[in-house]
Amino acid sequence: MNALPRSARALIALFALGWTLLLAAADRDYGLSPVRIADDTWALVGRSEDFSLSNGGNIVNTAFIVTRDGVVVIDSGPSRVYGEQLKRAIARITDKPVSLVLNTHHHPDHFLGNQAFAPETLAALPATIKGIHSEGGSFNENMYRLAGDWMAGTEPVAPTRQLAAGPLAMGDHRLELIALDGHTEADLVILDRSTGVLFAGDLVFNGRTPTTPHADLPRWQAALDRLEKTPFTTLVPGHGPVAGDAGPIRQTRAWLAWLDRQLRQAAEDGLDMTEVLAQPLPAEFRGLAVVNAEYRRSVGQLYPAYEQRALSGERRKP
Amino acid sequence: MIKTALVALLLACTTIVGQAAERGTDPLDSPRWSDMRKEMFPASAKVVFDERVKVTAPLTAENAMNVPVSVDASALPGVREVLVFADFNPIVRIVRFEPTGAQPSLGFRIKLQQSTPVRAAVRTSDGSWHVGGTWVNTAGGGCTLPSTGSASPEWQKRLGEVSSRVWARKEGGERIRLRIIHPIDTGLAAGIPAFFLQDLDLTDDKGKALMHIEGFEPIAENPVFTVDIPVARASAGYRVSGRDNNGNAISAVIDK
Repeated sequence: MNALPRSARALIALFALGWTLLLAAADRDYGLSPVRIADDTWALVGRSEDFSLSNGGNIVNTAFIVTRDGVVVIDSGPSRVYGEQLKRAIARITDKPVSLVLNTHHHPDHFLGNQAFAPETLAALPATIKGIHSEGGSFNENMYRLAGDWMAGTEPVAPTRQLAAGPLAMGDHRLELIALDGHTEADLVILDRSTGVLFAGDLVFNGRTPTTPHADLPRWQAALDRLEKTPFTTLVPGHGPVAGDAGPIRQTRAWLAWLDRQLRQAAEDGLDMTEVLAQPLPAEFRGLAVVNAEYRRSVGQLYPAYEQRALSGERRKP
Repeated sequence: MIKTALVALLLACTTIVGQAAERGTDPLDSPRWSDMRKEMFPASAKVVFDERVKVTAPLTAENAMNVPVSVDASALPGVREVLVFADFNPIVRIVRFEPTGAQPSLGFRIKLQQSTPVRAAVRTSDGSWHVGGTWVNTAGGGCTLPSTGSASPEWQKRLGEVSSRVWARKEGGERIRLRIIHPIDTGLAAGIPAFFLQDLDLTDDKGKALMHIEGFEPIAENPVFTVDIPVARASAGYRVSGRDNNGNAISAVIDK
């Protein structure tokens, strides 16, 4: 080494450092650690945050069930890298192959890990598949903006296998597919009758404010009424910690009901959108994660329709 | 000779310091302010930053196609006209309005291309300009995307359709909110020409002027306006009329 001039050594050091950084970027680690929540059943709980460069989009819950006929994966995560790391995390627990990957709905953090899995294992409700085809590309671009390098190599892959509501036997597990909507046009809920675990997708948030870019608030609340009547022992929400009771269902519904009333009243009172944004949030919701940001987004997404209803009715001129 | 050079140098320095001082006075600390000063106002005009001009908009706007903004200059006496602009927008001017009988305030929604100050410059009866504003952070792109209307034939049937409503205000006077069906394209999306509302006049039921609005390209699609009417100018009914840059007329009665 000493035979080399100082400048050459500095260059080599810089080169090595550059490669180290590059390799680190190419193999970002979500640190996925599956938690066993029931027999044969594991959940991977994301952070209760917004998408960011630091969390790489891992704000979502994914899960898997190890059956005799192979592994059933519920949602594939926000990026190709997440999907690959999820697959490796599964392989550390079982040597059974992944035989089915269910996307609960078409939002990016629930299906952008699809690339890591065999195409024939991917399945979703028909409207979810349609949504991935029509909006997957723009979701993916948006995720690159929000999560940066974590998205390297990620492309949207739509499932080809269409699901319908009803029972689905997977090895020794009797699954029930429940087709609902309200968070999006199609929200798949999976009840494992063998273990009592209810995988609610984004119809249920726990401790984190719900997101509403494709929401129909009355239909969403009706879906939650139905879920509350479904017997379960363990509840896996789309975001936030796993629960043992229906608390998160009621919490999500309380927020949606308040949001619906708030926006309807504001539109009826003739408030401008900036005035709606300035309104204080009720104390019961101030503890929810990212509540201010989600309220702002929800007003932007939903208020124009409430406004339109308040302005039209019988008052519209031909 | 040396003396002349020194004077020139000092003068140059003074100009630089002077410009820095003017930049420094911009409460929003925008590197574009000195350009805005030159572009928007005559060199001779008196332009001051004034906290009485309130611009309300979300600090972060996820949807750059539809950013809500409210301007309120009612704390200033003698408001003649208000010009709203965004320093970093590719089309800087957003809307200009003359509150001839209405309150000097207006709510509307805009398209932004990137994070930018959004400002309102208010000309008062003494000819001076009072400037207020706020920063809006956004991932942007709102100006170079086609309107959703331009992709759908639906708006052609409903172009210029007005829905509206009048409210009595607790504070006295009335509030008018109106929505006009219009795709509003900025002309910056490839292959789609600029198409926007140019003039809107709001009058009372006798035809007396309350507010003149001159729109520019960055107003959001299917624009919604909020206008407040003081007690003294409240009317049994109102009327809105105007046209877009293609000459399509807008005309509607605003019933209570």
